[in-house]
Amino acid sequence: MNDVTKTTGPANAGPDEAGPQGRDHALPISVRSLTKTYGAFHALNDVSIDIRNGEFMTLLGPSGSGKTTLLMVLAGFVRPDNGSVKFGEREILLLPPHKRDIGMVFQNYALFPHMTVADNLAYPLKLRRVGKAEIRERVERALDLVQLGGLGDRGIEALSGGQRQRVALARAVIFEPRILLMDEPLSALDKNLREQMQFEVRALHDRLGITTVYVTHDQREALTMSDRIAVINEGRIQQVDPPRKLYERPETFFVASFIGETYRLPVEVADGKASLFGQPVRTDSPLGSNAARQTLILRPEMLHIDEGAPEADENQMTGTLRQSVFQGDSIVSYITIHGDHEIAVRSQHRSDRSLPEPGSEVRLSWLVQDTVILPGDGRT
Amino acid sequence: MLNRPATDTQVTHLQRLWLYVLCGLVIFFLIVPTLLVIPMSFSDSRYLDFPPESWSLRWYRAYFNSPEWLQATAVSFQVAFLTMLLATATGTLAAYGLHATRARSSRYMTVLLTLPMIIPVILLAVGIFLTFAPVGLNSTIGGLMLAHTILAIPLVMITVTAGMQNFDINQEMVARSMGASRPWAFLTVTLPQIRNSVMSGALLAFIISLDEVVIALLIAGGDKATLTRRMFLALRDEIDPTIAAISTLLIAFSVLMLTLSQILQSRK
Amino acid sequence: MTAADHQPDAPMNERALDRQARAEQRNLMALSLPAFILVGSLVLLPMGWLFWMSIYGADGFTAENYTRLLHPSYKKTLITTFELAFLVTGLCILLGYPLAYLASQLKPRMASLVLLCVLFPFWTSLLVRTYAWLVLLQRRGLINNWLMEWGLIDTPLKLVHNFTGTTIGMVHIMLPFFVLPLYASMKTVDYDLMKAASNLGASPVRAFWQIYVPLTLSGLGAGVILVFVLSLGFYVTPALLGGGRVMMWAMQIERSMAVYADWGAASALGVVLLVMTLGILWAFARLTGAIGATEGK
Repeated sequence: MNDVTKTTGPANAGPDEAGPQGRDHALPISVRSLTKTYGAFHALNDVSIDIRNGEFMTLLGPSGSGKTTLLMVLAGFVRPDNGSVKFGEREILLLPPHKRDIGMVFQNYALFPHMTVADNLAYPLKLRRVGKAEIRERVERALDLVQLGGLGDRGIEALSGGQRQRVALARAVIFEPRILLMDEPLSALDKNLREQMQFEVRALHDRLGITTVYVTHDQREALTMSDRIAVINEGRIQQVDPPRKLYERPETFFVASFIGETYRLPVEVADGKASLFGQPVRTDSPLGSNAARQTLILRPEMLHIDEGAPEADENQMTGTLRQSVFQGDSIVSYITIHGDHEIAVRSQHRSDRSLPEPGSEVRLSWLVQDTVILPGDGRT
Repeated sequence: MLNRPATDTQVTHLQRLWLYVLCGLVIFFLIVPTLLVIPMSFSDSRYLDFPPESWSLRWYRAYFNSPEWLQATAVSFQVAFLTMLLATATGTLAAYGLHATRARSSRYMTVLLTLPMIIPVILLAVGIFLTFAPVGLNSTIGGLMLAHTILAIPLVMITVTAGMQNFDINQEMVARSMGASRPWAFLTVTLPQIRNSVMSGALLAFIISLDEVVIALLIAGGDKATLTRRMFLALRDEIDPTIAAISTLLIAFSVLMLTLSQILQSRK
Repeated sequence: MTAADHQPDAPMNERALDRQARAEQRNLMALSLPAFILVGSLVLLPMGWLFWMSIYGADGFTAENYTRLLHPSYKKTLITTFELAFLVTGLCILLGYPLAYLASQLKPRMASLVLLCVLFPFWTSLLVRTYAWLVLLQRRGLINNWLMEWGLIDTPLKLVHNFTGTTIGMVHIMLPFFVLPLYASMKTVDYDLMKAASNLGASPVRAFWQIYVPLTLSGLGAGVILVFVLSLGFYVTPALLGGGRVMMWAMQIERSMAVYADWGAASALGVVLLVMTLGILWAFARLTGAIGATEGK
């Protein structure tokens, strides 16, 4: 991945560029109450979101969640029923796509097969009546930027999947758009190439400082690449937060279960205090709701099997060990909590520690700050 | 060989020999009678014997020395060329628009525009004659062009729509996102890629116009008679051997057009 | 969401968006306008006019043009027309179904060769093909000459300028229209079904009739309807190969108009032909549409 940094200078390093982080060139996006219905189906249901200047924002959600619809509204190819979209101070919802000044990368790249690589890249520049010499120069620089130097004369058919992806990327930024939109651009690549391209796309974003909206259904991709992630489900925005906060502090059951693995345990709340099967559970911030029935969200990697009493900053619960499975580097313990909740905990193998016998009572501890309690019983 | 199974249900080639023979005969029936006209056109006899007892170019000379036949040929090709231009332009525009729109009315429009393919030509001919009479378009090149264009529009639309279905519409969207207006994106990105379909449609339009008989019979009189009209009238009265020569030339032209269209299709 | 400045109840840009959506649809529909103007002025309006002429005579509204069609001579034309259309369609099934069946099973190269043989007549001028049959079938034509040379007949057979010649020529013209849609539907048949049927003990013949034929019914229907409807309104081939002895509906129209200048009769005949054609097509579309809908459920 180091070779990304070897390339010199941004593709669009015009005289007005403000260094590697051309934030003043980029634009924030402000979306207000977008609604789009197809018959009785709500593709977008009162969606509002602010995307900051130069931010890498990922729209994450299952298929049919509305994430692509939202992207297409930004691009101007889907007309919502109502709402508002501003790039900076300017309302653009009523502008046609070609006047929005956006770069766009499609899932299938949508390269023009009847043109060479260089002609593909020159297409947006010709539209802007850039001079011939400058076009040649900028195409060359853009090709270098995506490590395709010297391939300008190739036809599209002659390129590999990864190369096509890079051409599509270069074509989307060569005309210095202020906003870059990407619709699952890496989903057609194989796993290794996909992971490599994740870094390249992010590096390109950092170099150009362009406001980027990226659509994916792959949570790992979203967590790896984004400044912030907006989780979308059923046409509604569930939560917008940086990857880590989203993972550690899910605000809805959907977000908790869509990202990472979770266990759910019922807690009872009285007087602002939560208890799990009679045991008190502490949180580092006040509960968001006073409902009596709430749900504790636990992630397996946050739990560890404890020998003694909990530390001051820990919560603890007890359960019965059903079975331990030795897996070489780790041991997976299947623990039954309060009769009918089963939890699997992975712990590192240590030769100085013996395994508890099946049937014995074990204690599970986790940090107070990792404790997430959401109102409701978690059935969505 | 003949005892090997020919189908998944283990019917042998021998058991369905009758099928091969029948199909051979049907293909013979489809191809050979038409092709027989070619050698016969080189016969020296008025009765077009086969195989000809003596060969000659007599009937070709008759064609090329006849101002009437040449005039009719010129009219036919002029009309076919103009029809091709008009039908391809209007048909392609309509096919694109109807493909792109999601309006419910587009389905009705599609049905309306394919009506000329469904309505018997004799009725179209009568209707066009009636419409042209008050505006003086009967027996004019322009009138023939308009009449043939409505016959060709459905065919152009069908081929272009098929081409649009194979075209990745994301390409047009990406072009628009880069700053191309929709018409410009169509011209620079979409059209070059559905080019073969459009040209197939154009070929069909040309051949439809060239071969059209019934409308020409009713509306193309005088010095604007088309080749097919003259041929029809000549055939109805008596069998003029010159027609064998003209037919041979037309077959050669058809083969050329068919070859072109096959090349276009294989390149899709 | 930091959306303090927005009130969910206040629709934003709703009217402008709606206006734009309508404008876009309008612009796209406008692309069909040139084609529509042509078809509208040269097809739709004249058809309306034809209908008007058939019911409105010199003395106002009249059904006379239609009652006249009950005259035996018109009835004879109608019978001839349907006879020929049925006969041609039947022969097309007999000759075309085996050909499409074999072509759909051949290897791609052979199949495309066969299809080329079907397409060749399609691209050859109708008039040229009709002319070829005229030459072959005439009294001193090739076929009669050969038959006499071989001693099979003593006097020339009457093969043309009658119903026989018309039928032969029409089948030749219609066969490609029949084979092409049928071939397309046969290409989509899942042959595993045939294998399954024979595994279950069906004889090949039985598997063919009980599995294959029903599966190709939609293509067969399309071919049959196309050929039948085209035959009903056909003019050129019957006019030339029938030699004036085979009077088709379309010829009756032309004759009423050109020979007798009887616009009332011509228009009534035209309306009847139009109604028959569109009626058959509409019924077929409804039928297959209904079948398709129940299969989908």
